[in-house]
Amino acid sequence: MKLDEILSSLFLMGHDIDPRPDHLILGTGKRANGGTVEVVGIADGEALGIEGVLPLARRVLDIVATGGKTPILVIVDTQGQLMSRRDEMLGLNEYLAHLAKCLLLASRSGHATVGLNYGKAVAGAFLATALATDVLVALPDAEPAVMDLPSMARVTKLPQEKLEALSKTTPVFAPGLDSMTKVGAIAQVWDPAKPLDVQFEATLATIPAHDVRDALGAERGGRLLAAGIARRVADQAGEDRRA
Amino acid sequence: MEILKVHHKTRGPAAGTVGSALVGVVASGNLEVLLERTLADTECTVEIATPVRGYDDVWKAVVAEFVERASPGGLRISINDSGARPDTVMLRLLQGVRTIETGHD
Amino acid sequence: MTDPKHPSADTASWFLSTARERLTGLLDPGSFAEFLPPTERAQSPHLALFDLPAAFDDGMVVGRGRLGRRAVLVAAQEGQFMGGTFAEVSGAKLVGLLRAARDDPKLPRIVLLLLDSGGVRLQEANAGELAVAEVMRAIVEARGFGVTVIALVGGRAGAFGGAGLTAATCSRIVISEQGRTGVSGPEVIETNKGVEEFDSQDKALVWSVTGGRNRRLLGGADAYAGDTVAGFRDAVLALIDRAPPFDLVTLRAEQRRLADRIECLGACNSAVEMWVALGIAEPQTIRNLDDAAFAEIVKGLRGAAYEAR
Repeated sequence: MKLDEILSSLFLMGHDIDPRPDHLILGTGKRANGGTVEVVGIADGEALGIEGVLPLARRVLDIVATGGKTPILVIVDTQGQLMSRRDEMLGLNEYLAHLAKCLLLASRSGHATVGLNYGKAVAGAFLATALATDVLVALPDAEPAVMDLPSMARVTKLPQEKLEALSKTTPVFAPGLDSMTKVGAIAQVWDPAKPLDVQFEATLATIPAHDVRDALGAERGGRLLAAGIARRVADQAGEDRRA
Repeated sequence: MEILKVHHKTRGPAAGTVGSALVGVVASGNLEVLLERTLADTECTVEIATPVRGYDDVWKAVVAEFVERASPGGLRISINDSGARPDTVMLRLLQGVRTIETGHD
Repeated sequence: MTDPKHPSADTASWFLSTARERLTGLLDPGSFAEFLPPTERAQSPHLALFDLPAAFDDGMVVGRGRLGRRAVLVAAQEGQFMGGTFAEVSGAKLVGLLRAARDDPKLPRIVLLLLDSGGVRLQEANAGELAVAEVMRAIVEARGFGVTVIALVGGRAGAFGGAGLTAATCSRIVISEQGRTGVSGPEVIETNKGVEEFDSQDKALVWSVTGGRNRRLLGGADAYAGDTVAGFRDAVLALIDRAPPFDLVTLRAEQRRLADRIECLGACNSAVEMWVALGIAEPQTIRNLDDAAFAEIVKGLRGAAYEAR
């Protein structure tokens, strides 16, 4: 689905989101109940660098400062963090983490945050945006990834055919929507044939109070150990204190 | 991965009372050795996991010499190997026994 | 009262030490207790698929101890094992520690993260990426409950990718000259964008872009440590009581800090140009200064003194 189709289907009552030369998504949409949805994000596969972060983070902080419980939708199609010596020199890690922190602050302040991945979502830019929300959903043609298989083959020095064969037996490393869903990163895949506003409202109605992604990964069989390991560490920390 | 298990009888128990020790890191040409005082006084097992195949005899020889030198009775020893040479293996095993016997390296 | 510092701390290089050696030297002698220790064999089940050896702690050591007699929780990555990467097990160990700090107010209110990581472990890329997201969320939640989370960066693998983001999510960052941090490493940028964008073989260039001194001068780290275990210990003790709360005021201040940085330095083409713009009289000498002389330069800088992270 294209971004304008997504927005039309999400906001039957209208929205004020226009394409921008910097490919950022900033605006609001109207819910069927008359309420507002704040929308931020990145479109057209654009890479996220330090300049892209600031307007998004500022908007999220403004939303928090305004108060209320307006939900925030984070729509993402990004090829990843900008690969640039200049941006690295200026501290890109701080900028990306800042955006993630702003979204997490919004969530802590009572704004439900929903990530929507409709195109690419890669690596550091993924962490700074859609993975810093309360719940992440995707459309079927989304391509979330840490790294594509050819690059992975190069870095791990393994033949690409071997990686492709392995990716059929385990979701733990292979790029793509199926894998990311099985490990618990993506809570739901929306059906583009049905109205998105209804699916959005349903997602909003079931925002988890805590980070349930490791439990989801265990339930779906894609990340069997993480939840148990985290629990064992926490249990041992507690036992040690009481001892 | 190749898994190799070796069992030895020893003259007597390793000294000290420390329950477990870990020495080394899993890095290229290196290995980690985990020692646990869980067996009978004259028993020692060494379990090796290594990605390098076909060196069973070398491992067995190194472990036999180590058992002869250190008398590591009571110890269950587990190794994660990352292509270490036999002399490195021997050094780590001896360092491991020293650590579990004295509480420090 | 005697100083509870470990006897080897003054001489041991942080960069060259293993994760366990760092913990032993950093904490008060005998105070460290490990959670999910190697004897529990919480190993990666995935590495064998790639014919790679696992480690009994998956390259992540978590536990508690004391620093200058204060109770702390600690986590240390082993940069020599798989580049200290975030993976299913290693990541979950850190998540568990942070969630414990968040949920149990009787646990220590200080968490030290000894980062030494190239980022996400590619052999477990999805689990690792998600673990970083969970770690970042858990750090923020713990901070929201008053926990101070301090990142220590000075290991062989630096803090890149997800580890770079993790560091910048913490309340405070301590870095040494050998400490490097960023998102994409120089090799990755060179591979993707060409050698003219970033020559990863140019050691001086790489040092000036990703290295600890540049990070400290720009305010990308809050304290500078000499490359010894004692250096990190002293730096942590000096800022342990000065952590910013996690709230709107802090993040607004961080927004200003980061916007100011682009305004002031965004047009610079090299680190030396940035240091000139910061008002450093002899930027060419930054590389050759000893730690004490460098610390003096930092004292006079504005960007390095913002209390916002």
